[in-house]
Amino acid sequence: MYELLTGPMLWLAFTVSVVGLALRIVMYIRGLDWKLDRVAYRPHMGAGLKGAFRSILAFIVPFANRSWRTKPGFTIMFFAFHIGLLGVPLFLEGHAVILKERFGIGWPAMSMAAADLLTIVTLVAAGFMCLRRLVLPEVRIVTDIRDWAVMIISIAPFVTGYVAVHQYGDYGFWLNAHIITGLIWIAALPFTKLFHVVGFFLSRAQLGMDFGIKRGGMNYEGFHW
Amino acid sequence: MPEGKLCNRKPINTEEYLQEVLSDTGGKQYYAEMEELDVDVPKLQAALKNTLKSRTKTWLDMCAHCGLCADACFLYEVNGKDPRQVPAYKIQSTLGEIVKRNGEVDNEFMRHCMDVAWSQCTCCNRCGHYCPHGIDMGVMFSYLRGLLFSQGFVPWELKIGSGMHRVYKAQMNVTTEDWVETCEWMADEYSDDWPGLEIPVDKVGADIMYTCNAREPKHYPEDIAEAAILFHLAGENWTVPSEGWEQTSLTMFAGDWEGCTMQVNNVYAAIERLKPKRVFGTECGHAHRASAIEGPYWAGRPDGQPPAPFRHYVEWVAEALREGKIKIDPAKRIKRPVTLQDSCNYVRNWGLGSITREIISYLVEPGYFIDMAPNREHNYCCGGGGGFNGVGKYRPQRNVALRKKRDQILATGAELVIAPCHNCWDAIRDLEEEYHIGIEWSFLKPLLIEMAIVPDHLKPRDE
Ligand code: SF4
Ligand code: SF4
Ligand code: SF4
Repeated sequence: MYELLTGPMLWLAFTVSVVGLALRIVMYIRGLDWKLDRVAYRPHMGAGLKGAFRSILAFIVPFANRSWRTKPGFTIMFFAFHIGLLGVPLFLEGHAVILKERFGIGWPAMSMAAADLLTIVTLVAAGFMCLRRLVLPEVRIVTDIRDWAVMIISIAPFVTGYVAVHQYGDYGFWLNAHIITGLIWIAALPFTKLFHVVGFFLSRAQLGMDFGIKRGGMNYEGFHW
Repeated sequence: MPEGKLCNRKPINTEEYLQEVLSDTGGKQYYAEMEELDVDVPKLQAALKNTLKSRTKTWLDMCAHCGLCADACFLYEVNGKDPRQVPAYKIQSTLGEIVKRNGEVDNEFMRHCMDVAWSQCTCCNRCGHYCPHGIDMGVMFSYLRGLLFSQGFVPWELKIGSGMHRVYKAQMNVTTEDWVETCEWMADEYSDDWPGLEIPVDKVGADIMYTCNAREPKHYPEDIAEAAILFHLAGENWTVPSEGWEQTSLTMFAGDWEGCTMQVNNVYAAIERLKPKRVFGTECGHAHRASAIEGPYWAGRPDGQPPAPFRHYVEWVAEALREGKIKIDPAKRIKRPVTLQDSCNYVRNWGLGSITREIISYLVEPGYFIDMAPNREHNYCCGGGGGFNGVGKYRPQRNVALRKKRDQILATGAELVIAPCHNCWDAIRDLEEEYHIGIEWSFLKPLLIEMAIVPDHLKPRDE
């Protein structure tokens, strides 16, 4: 089972994910339309890219824009959540071992204690995000079932992984559960709102180009996000 | 599929039809007919297929439902943080539904969409800056307005506004003759005080071509005279076109994209005919957006640029002051609390926040200028943008919307608000009428004329 899941199934999940995401990126870019979007992308690529870069940077760095600054509590939780969500799976020792064994890739790993801590931080932040959805009227009104689904898909590998590593129950069961939920997460990237792993960059780049090219960026200092 | 006589899917292209709709006071019959108007589903589906491309699709699909855009919207704030005013909710419950149901929507739903699109969003684009994904609801609402317009679900006044542009090439029935006459009349009227004052019409190859808002010739022609006086003072070589002088676009507010193209092409034809070095538009935010920012795209210009550099009036003022073409008498500088309204359409959408403050530094004695908070790119809409000011049906909602600007102004303690935007100027006038906060408001032009040093050779000779 373990062999199957971390071998062919892992390949499959990765393939689905990479191909799916690549297709969506291509479709997104091809679907941009200078006339309908009202942005002359091509003739002003330089100004556009500059705007795109600034726009991405402003939102990828904590507190680099006014939106983050006006909501410091949210910002901290948001970044804790995302750093954990990406950092733990990428740099966990167990994962590095699989990468080495299966694919021969040498990969840096973090200590077990660090991974534990980060997992807990991620789960606490996730709890906060869920609470927000339930408590704040302005978030509750936009929340739908898909938002909960995405949350569950994202959190499941963390919960199962944590239980497995700490051997709170049947190790074999939890390990398999962890791997399966992890594979689901990977394969779901192109088909759910998890698409934002790349969609964020595309969308931010587009709006950045809009400001960089059309909305004053070519005449004046760039937009202060 | 019954279409009404006044309310239907056909835009107003003839004077007769325009008169008919106009004579329906308050749009009584128009709105009654709207309740019966069928949705042309195949047409709506075709529109979605042709125009709903990756940007809008991705925005609708990817919204994280995080609610970060809520506080960004002044309408959410002034309406007691009503969750139904959360930008993401507003767009998803309207455009989002239309897309989800692939256009299979009914009359009632379309009328609901109309209410939301014109009374719950001024397309000020502020929320887009607060959304981590860069989802700009202002852009999407503008798109939704286009769909609604094409189905006939558009407020009465904006149907008329769009028709005005289509019939008269101006938002009001100002004909070429009216316009040229007004220019002559104004030059004449003010020539006693300003010897040699001219409003040159159709001069080819001038340094500046000046365009304006049809409400100036119609309702406050002195604004044109003031522009002329300032160009005269600055010694500019300028002109106005006899055709293509109107740069506003109610068609943009209405979502009438074909009308937008017609309107802006008219201005661009004037540029191409008169070949000025630069074009300056009047103190109007949406006019600038329509003719300089979005206009090139409606006109199908692949480089996104108008035929000649097209600048906003505040850019000319800053330049004239900076280069000393107009000098301010230090004794006349404003010495009472004053603040500035940042127009979304040229500050957020054209980067002019610093330019307007440079102007302030010449006009206002240090210590008397108090900025609103927030300001520049992060300012709030005046409350009357996006056509809100003009739609009678939504007057109560508009009056509530004005409260944000009222509170911002009150917090500055200013007595005077400088508002270099027609629409903002109107909104501030209306908010004074509605709430009596005891403020004055002004365009830049009268202030400049009041404060400028007039060189001896331009002064009237005393007898
Ligand atoms: S801030 Fe953006 S992602 Fe969040 S709810 Fe609003 S539109 Fe959606
Ligand atoms: S564009 Fe302006 S008015 Fe419209 S939803 Fe966004 S913030 Fe509100
Ligand atoms: S009227 Fe002025 S402040 Fe209001 S939306 Fe238009 S530009 Fe912005």
